[in-house]
Amino acid sequence: MAVSRKREFIYGVRDTLPMIVGAIPFGVLFGALATTAGLSVTATMAMSLFVFAGSSQFVAASLIGQGVGVVVIVVTTFFVNLRHALYSASLGPYVKGLPQRWLLPLGFLLTDETYAVVIKRYNDTPDNGLRHWYFLGSAVAMYGNWQVCTAIGIFAGNSLQGMSEWGLEFAMVVTFIGIVVPLITRFPMLVAAVAAIVVALIAKDLPHNLGLIVGSIAGVVTGFVTEQFGESNVSHGESE
Amino acid sequence: MKEFVLIVFMMLVTFGVRYPVLALVGRVNLPYSVQRALKFVPVAVLSALSAPIVLTNDGQWNVSFDNAYLAASIVAILVAWKTRHLLLTIVVGMAVFAFWRVVLSA
Repeated sequence: MAVSRKREFIYGVRDTLPMIVGAIPFGVLFGALATTAGLSVTATMAMSLFVFAGSSQFVAASLIGQGVGVVVIVVTTFFVNLRHALYSASLGPYVKGLPQRWLLPLGFLLTDETYAVVIKRYNDTPDNGLRHWYFLGSAVAMYGNWQVCTAIGIFAGNSLQGMSEWGLEFAMVVTFIGIVVPLITRFPMLVAAVAAIVVALIAKDLPHNLGLIVGSIAGVVTGFVTEQFGESNVSHGESE
Repeated sequence: MKEFVLIVFMMLVTFGVRYPVLALVGRVNLPYSVQRALKFVPVAVLSALSAPIVLTNDGQWNVSFDNAYLAASIVAILVAWKTRHLLLTIVVGMAVFAFWRVVLSA
């Protein structure tokens, strides 16, 4: 039994390795970006250790650099991480019945990458009663990598003069492009992106960076409405 | 102190969207329409965040050949669209960005 648990854990780590290759620049750049944006070394490391949510940490670092207040950063963090509720809803049925000592850490450690790897495992393999070890393996691999990379980024950001002028802000943008573009597989997603961009640009001069939140909500609502409208058209067409 | 408060609240809201649904989904299901709307969140938020950084500089519009952010973003979007590869998109985007800056400053 112990061997099987260990095997599930290791498989979880193994299947997460490609995601880690993609996450390394994230972590290093976060460490560098956050410290050059004005966050202390301790707080930068603490954010990776206790928040552990890559894109929202990037967003927070960017907002800190722009002098945005705590409330707006926390609200923005909530919006950026809201997608995790969907991941949780999707994984929930598979982890049902696990004790809290499992659910608490698995909930804390859930990321885009681990979700992508683990949901595939749950969907593609028969229930052996040990797949939460696979989940844990993936999550621990992502977590460990994130801490090491943050520390490297902090060190690099502090030891290399002028690193803040290398365009680290663009590294964040290009990472977001790499995440967002592959998600645009359907017309409503494209509409959501365009609406979010247009509204965020129109609202860019609102105080406290509220243009981001207004643009985000506009994107979500417009995408959702487009999807509903498209489906009502399709079902109308099919009924005829 | 401000940093401590920031991290505590970021932790609370992040854990607050990850854990409760994971633990309670057997009893509480999100309405289907809410689930569908949530799918647009990453695309909408990250687009809304990136666009002003790319297209403005210190609050002023900057749509020109001099804007390395814009040039490299266009290339990165094409790479991401064609390859769907995160790391490749980052590397190529950063390379174009650096090249653009070096060429412009030379």
